[in-house]
Amino acid sequence: MYTFSSRLRMASFIMMIVGLLGIGIGFMSAPSTVEEAKAMVASHDEGHGDAHAEAAGLAEANAHGEHAEAHDAAHDEHVLHQLQNKPWSALYVAAFFFFMIALGVLAFYAIQRASQAGWSPLLFRVMEGITSYLVPGGIIIFVILVLSVLHMNHLFVWMDADVVAHDKLLMGKSGYLNPTFFLIRAAIFLGGWILYREYSRKLSLKQDASDDNSNFKLNFRISAAFLVFYLISESIMSWDWIMSVDPHWFSTLFGWYVFASMIVSGITVIAMVTIYLKSKDYLPDVNNSHIHDLAKFMFGFSIFWTYLWFSQFMLIWYSNIPEEVTYFVTRIEDFKLPFFGMVVMNFVLPLLLLMNSDYKRINWFVILTGIIILAGHYMDIFNMIMPSTVGDQWSIGIPEIGAILFFAGLFIFWVFRALTKAPLQPKRNPFIEESRHFHY
Amino acid sequence: MASKVIHAYYDDDDVLMHAVKKVKDAKYHIEEVYCPFPVHGLDKAMGLAPTRIAITSFIYGCVGLAVSIVMMNYIMIQDWPQDIGGKPSFSYLENMPAFVPIMFELTVFFAAHLMVITFYLRSKLWPFKKAENPDVRTTDDHFVMELAIHDNEKELKNLLMDTGAVEINVSEK
Repeated sequence: MYTFSSRLRMASFIMMIVGLLGIGIGFMSAPSTVEEAKAMVASHDEGHGDAHAEAAGLAEANAHGEHAEAHDAAHDEHVLHQLQNKPWSALYVAAFFFFMIALGVLAFYAIQRASQAGWSPLLFRVMEGITSYLVPGGIIIFVILVLSVLHMNHLFVWMDADVVAHDKLLMGKSGYLNPTFFLIRAAIFLGGWILYREYSRKLSLKQDASDDNSNFKLNFRISAAFLVFYLISESIMSWDWIMSVDPHWFSTLFGWYVFASMIVSGITVIAMVTIYLKSKDYLPDVNNSHIHDLAKFMFGFSIFWTYLWFSQFMLIWYSNIPEEVTYFVTRIEDFKLPFFGMVVMNFVLPLLLLMNSDYKRINWFVILTGIIILAGHYMDIFNMIMPSTVGDQWSIGIPEIGAILFFAGLFIFWVFRALTKAPLQPKRNPFIEESRHFHY
Repeated sequence: MASKVIHAYYDDDDVLMHAVKKVKDAKYHIEEVYCPFPVHGLDKAMGLAPTRIAITSFIYGCVGLAVSIVMMNYIMIQDWPQDIGGKPSFSYLENMPAFVPIMFELTVFFAAHLMVITFYLRSKLWPFKKAENPDVRTTDDHFVMELAIHDNEKELKNLLMDTGAVEINVSEK
């Protein structure tokens, strides 16, 4: 049995408290009036200031009396909304990022069960521990979505009835993008994922105590069924929770793209938690071949993510249709470093660091690459949400880092607490012997 | 110079593995082992050095990437930078996404083909090459271990009989 080390517990609490403070500061410092927003932008760093001064100069040069004034007022209000969105977006990106890790691990776990993999049963308890975060993480996401529907923030522009009334495109989509249906879908998806997780965990624990394999077989069947549900629900979830922050834009492979991001982060976290537990002598039968396999998955899915990222980017860049390409124009203009930096972090570095077979067995090497991959995929989610909610007012400051710290602390606390609840190595899995002697 | 070799025949890969370990323990040099199929772990038991073919493949891939970049930069950007459907041919970087499919394919092409050719060269394989196996049965169901004899025919024979060989032949080479 694993015992939660008090140092780690302490660290997770400190992260949560510091993170909460950061989130609070973010909300306190968000402007509430147009004047405050103007003052904030004026006192901002040179880069943003220059861009705005230039824009303002142009507006003055072309001044046509009232028209320009109305335009300025609309622009100021736009900036106010972007600044008000900042703490919410920071919270949402971090909440989704850590939830996505647990969901990616759940998908990987179901794949391992459905494919009857012989190497991974030793790691099932680690995966089950990580997926336990689905419950608190899912509830937090759902609460944020409900608050959005209640107009506490402007994350989803289509939730604003006034905006929809003046927007033909959004009116056309309102059959799908309406607050009630949106929340029902979210509830169904979260319910389905959590239901599978809890049921599979229960069967997994029952299998240890039983004297036949009926629990294992049932778990195999529900995992295969879950994967069908997951593929559909994950795709729709990505349209709802991420693509709809930019409701004028659409992409067909978006669901896959988000999936690639979540599964590679999930596998990375499995590898990191396994290495941590192994280093504390809690997983005596896990050898470096298991780590090697996980690192191969990290490597392979990093390339898979890049393939989808590039496919999406290149198809839109190549055809350059105005209604689609604005998505990348805003990202390349306002988010140049995060947008291209994440390709380096999610592709170039993992490719070079994990290509060598020997390096995949070195624990600190896998951890190092894992940190790069996780940071890169946080930036990926950041790049999906921020351009549509805060635009060029983005920064990575107290609200963003606070939200990351808070959810990281919660994630660590919840996952390691779940790990203490059952023996870390399953006893009666039919493949456990094979997994124990797994050697590559 | 007449050098003699001893051929020990086995009909089971497990027995062969044990025999190889025993012969290595007795500090004899194994010239060669002929198998009808790959025996997992045989190279380790024989103490063969690991292959470096993956490293050559990585280098060939880098060469392929460089070839594709230099080629397309010369053709599309330097030599005749036309406006083709509004694509920005001002610099390589501006039009790079359009070149990536070719960069990828040429990297894979070079890595794969040159690695295979390297493999053929290093293992001396080519069409019309004379087969080297000492006994046709080694391609079907027998394993043969070959050791050189240096005035120790008798003790070698005894050692190999002990390891479960089904047949032992001594021949000139």
